[in-house]
Amino acid sequence: MSIVTLARNTGYAFGENRLTLMAVIILAVLALCAIFGPTIAPYDPLVTSATTKLARPSALHPFGTDALGRDILSRVIVATRLDLGMAVSAVALSFVVGLALGSLAGYFGGWTDRIIGRSMDTIMAFPLFVLAMGIVVALGNSVANIIIATMIINLPFYCRFARAEVNVRRELGYVEAARMGGNGSLRVLLSHIVPNILPPMMVQASLNMGWAILNAAGLSFIGLGVRPPTPEWGIMVSEGASYIISGEWWAFMFPGGALVLAVFSFNMLGDGLRDLLDPRKRV
Amino acid sequence: MAFVWKRLLGTIPSLIGVVVLTFFISHALPGDPAAYFAGPAANAASIENIRATLGLDRPLPVQFLHYVIDLAQGNLGRSLTTGQPVLTDLIERLPASLELSSFALLFAISIAIPMGVWAATRINGSVDHACRAVVTVSAAFPTFFVGLLFVYVFYFLLGWAPQPLGRLNEIAFSPPPHVTGAYTIDALIAGDWPVLRASLAQLILPAISLGLFALAPIARITRAAMLEALGSDFIRTARASGLPARKILMTYAFRNVLLPVSSVLGMVFSFLLGSNVLIEQVFGWQGVGAYAVSAVIASDYAAVQGFVLMMAMLYVLLNLAVDIFATLVDPRVRFEG
Repeated sequence: MSIVTLARNTGYAFGENRLTLMAVIILAVLALCAIFGPTIAPYDPLVTSATTKLARPSALHPFGTDALGRDILSRVIVATRLDLGMAVSAVALSFVVGLALGSLAGYFGGWTDRIIGRSMDTIMAFPLFVLAMGIVVALGNSVANIIIATMIINLPFYCRFARAEVNVRRELGYVEAARMGGNGSLRVLLSHIVPNILPPMMVQASLNMGWAILNAAGLSFIGLGVRPPTPEWGIMVSEGASYIISGEWWAFMFPGGALVLAVFSFNMLGDGLRDLLDPRKRV
Repeated sequence: MAFVWKRLLGTIPSLIGVVVLTFFISHALPGDPAAYFAGPAANAASIENIRATLGLDRPLPVQFLHYVIDLAQGNLGRSLTTGQPVLTDLIERLPASLELSSFALLFAISIAIPMGVWAATRINGSVDHACRAVVTVSAAFPTFFVGLLFVYVFYFLLGWAPQPLGRLNEIAFSPPPHVTGAYTIDALIAGDWPVLRASLAQLILPAISLGLFALAPIARITRAAMLEALGSDFIRTARASGLPARKILMTYAFRNVLLPVSSVLGMVFSFLLGSNVLIEQVFGWQGVGAYAVSAVIASDYAAVQGFVLMMAMLYVLLNLAVDIFATLVDPRVRFEG
């Protein structure tokens, strides 16, 4: 892909599809919140106040306050780092492990393929969210284990994708040529095949990111991983849920809205990236 | 019948995989169940003691054997919170979850298929846009958040729905006599109309918020399959032969939608069984999901493992049912093996 086509395709992805541009802007804002969260936040997210319990959104507290009088805006901002951090690390881990396992299965075939394939089938034999719950409970209730569980339930998708991509390239001319040139299997795989399957894998990863966020937030919504008073979107929604039936909507609406915004932006970015790398799939 | 047997045999590796992985999760991972059971006040000796009584000091293969024997006898251990055997607890609560999921699925299918068909016949029409909107929304909204939004709008703002606290307002009504365990069906059997109405009213919001997310993949695949069918040669021939449009759409084109839909159902079930947990939590629905959540909060190890195992078994069986359905609607699948 020459620089000109890349530029033209970028122009297409942003120009034709304003949503992608919007997604990039939202994600930039979220990234700023994730990096500078504690500095930007107007209040300390952990400081409680007996006088401002469940205050409506106002100029002082734009998102209102929660049942302990903590400023929801500050908590939503500070939580960005944890929520995005969990999703990004889980996706990065499944990307790397899935790429490695899938490439080995696709390149060597035979028993390697059978064992790896069967293991992935076994993961897929579970309803994935339920499996993630089981893993977190077994490993111990912590943020690190939420990341591991999310990584495991994402693994089959990356692994199968990498396997299929490696499999079609295994017998291609340039790979044969590399092999004839005396390169060993691992070298052929690492320096000739894997670089070529990275771009489609990246698209897969960005499409997958939203799902990873939803999954991690779902786990913390039911009380796994993140512990109060740590600000995290899922747990904030769950804390706010008790006040809905008495009409205090802001305590669950804003953290939930932040979740939706983040997931939506990642999905749009993923679609945009797919358009950029594979113009045939434009719809 | 041969293909049904073949599918049945095909589930055995999945079932073995499920049992092995569940065992691995509960016995071989670094988390220490003995320390859990011993409680925070335990010392090294008492943990060792509990490890011996639980059989956790034996080699893994021996533990696995005992695990399989226990499973074969339906022994999933005892719940710490309820004090009952986990299997009894789960069976008691399963009908409520199945009721919720089935209604959600029913809702999803009955909306998604007509929607997908309609969207395919009028591309860029209003139904097509609605279809796309639902797909986008369901990919970006967490189920639990949508459930809570519904509670806020339909219970608090509009007052249409009853308070989201369980399956029946037990102050005003008493549950119908137990037949299936699903209140709506039991009330129907007993002919108890007020209870039927009340339990349906409780069911409708959770079922819709769960079903909304099952709706999207079904609608999308229906639309895509229908578009492909409508563009194919045999439909052109049928049109050229002057067959009525209704017959072309419903008899010839629609039949081609059933196979792709049944293949996406596997994913839909995985999603429904997982999200059931979240929706039950939101609506105080006393099913297996809510049971698992309270077990999670109480670190009730055996109950969570039992729940995971049961859901996985259920999922394998549902996939089997989908496979058999696929072979029935499309004879080609039978020969592909």
